[in-house]
Amino acid sequence: MQFGIFTVGDVTTDPTTGRTPTEHERIKATVEIAKKAEEVGLDVFATGEHHNPPFIASAPTTTLAFIAAQTSRIILSTATTLITTTDPVLIAENYAKLQHLSEGRVDLMMGRGNTGPVYPWFGKDIRDGIPLAIENYHLLHRLWREDVVSWEGKYRTPLQGFTSTPRPLDGVPPFVWHGSIRSPEIAEQAAYYGDGFFANHIFWPASHTERMIRLYRQRFEHYGHGSADQAIVGLGGQAFMRKNSQDAINEFRPYFDNAPVYGHGPSLEEFTSQTPLTVGSPQQVIERTLGFRDYVGDYQRQLFLMDHAGLPLKTVLEQLDLLGEEVVPVLRKEFAALKPAHVPDAPTHASLLEAAGDAHDSTVHATDDVTGRSPEETR
Amino acid sequence: MTAQSTRSGHRTIAVVTAGLSQPSSTRLLADRLAEAVDRSLRLYDEQVEVVTIELRDVAHALTDHLLTGFPAGDLERALAAVVRADAVIAVTPVFSASYSGLFKTFFDVLEPDALAGKPVLVAATAGTARHSLVLDFALRPLFTYLHAVVVPTGVFAASEDFGSTGAEALSTRVDRAARELADLVAGRRSGGPVDPFENPTPFEDLLNL
Repeated sequence: MQFGIFTVGDVTTDPTTGRTPTEHERIKATVEIAKKAEEVGLDVFATGEHHNPPFIASAPTTTLAFIAAQTSRIILSTATTLITTTDPVLIAENYAKLQHLSEGRVDLMMGRGNTGPVYPWFGKDIRDGIPLAIENYHLLHRLWREDVVSWEGKYRTPLQGFTSTPRPLDGVPPFVWHGSIRSPEIAEQAAYYGDGFFANHIFWPASHTERMIRLYRQRFEHYGHGSADQAIVGLGGQAFMRKNSQDAINEFRPYFDNAPVYGHGPSLEEFTSQTPLTVGSPQQVIERTLGFRDYVGDYQRQLFLMDHAGLPLKTVLEQLDLLGEEVVPVLRKEFAALKPAHVPDAPTHASLLEAAGDAHDSTVHATDDVTGRSPEETR
Repeated sequence: MTAQSTRSGHRTIAVVTAGLSQPSSTRLLADRLAEAVDRSLRLYDEQVEVVTIELRDVAHALTDHLLTGFPAGDLERALAAVVRADAVIAVTPVFSASYSGLFKTFFDVLEPDALAGKPVLVAATAGTARHSLVLDFALRPLFTYLHAVVVPTGVFAASEDFGSTGAEALSTRVDRAARELADLVAGRRSGGPVDPFENPTPFEDLLNL
């Protein structure tokens, strides 16, 4: 099982000091957090994508490539990549490039984005959110698997004899997760392709996550990718820890009370009982997290949100120490002991390569170096 | 399997009441309407179950829902009861010439299609009969927007109506509105909308949207 962190890249005022970090500070802090995640033994670092203040999460592949250059082991991922407003051709190119630069340490999580005005900034309409996610991903899926693509759809310029470059590393496309809080269509989409499904999990009650995952598992089996319990499931989680649980509650409460998304609403006590948020000791986080398995089954990836709501970098790095040293080693052991042998691990570049047979260079060479004419034209 | 059922003879009526005092005249009117609808439906040999939702009890949860995007505990059950119901009786006090904010918030957080095609009886209370057009300029447009089928008679009760008699009596209007709602309910299949988790749209259809 993989453990990691995901960030939304929010620039939020620290409510205990009234200080708001600069964009520059937050961007550099994100890199420090990712490096720390590798250092404490986590498997995945995922960044969100936003194109509006108060976020610094635009240009995700720039951030991830910079992190890739300073790490050696951790998988770089997204939470999420906006499949609705981003041209699938650019996604195909950017993440294939990142695969090459990071030696295959890349996967992606597709998401739609829920901010209405962002869509028109990219020439799209939020009311087409689901159809955009369906059509764009269908094209992306082909661009990584077919050297030459001719394509026509509703939402972008047609492609005639197009080759997306660079080709995926070793001819193996990055593994893709589909993330959704509440849309059954996205669970259906993930199941159809045999891709992973990631439930954000942290803003909604467990009963809702359970329903989404059950649907995805049933449809994964329906489409013939394996039995329902072999589907590839990821979950979000959210924790704040101190050795003494009352210290954790006292320290985190002002951040909770003023947090974007749920601040000024339910109390910390109500929210921790209604959602997977755990504020307490490492042992409490271990027990809560093991409990997720009771309603989603054996799953492959657990990501925690650790760096939002204005928490200072120093605190976040302390949280990662606790997560990496006290929580994850226990969770690894406990989850591994519970998982039946026929339930697969999350796919990685190495496992996908092994499944595909030998590595092969997938470079597409233009037959005419002078005009750069495509292979299809010269065929 | 579909969430719709062809089982006849058993109908659920959800009563949504937004009165704030306890007891409130809004709840008093809601109970009278529910009782009259129950009586009218029994003439069709229907068994009736009335589920009453006091919005005061879920007022905090409604505000939290606006902020967090999900309904907690009791509110989730209240919303589900409305979705499942065969008909809705919606009663609000008049605040500043319209429905109350609490009443509106409840219908704001209902899933967009939850009331589509569902028979709804609208009613309101106020201190004076001068507010009676609230039914027609505020409640009716709201439920029309939500694609509900609003019965022709709305019931408005000013304080003085609780002592009225004869042809003008509140009870006459209550009975007429209840009959209209019962007639609509009796002529329909029972059950709520199709559950997309039980009946997902197959991917091939999504691809061809």
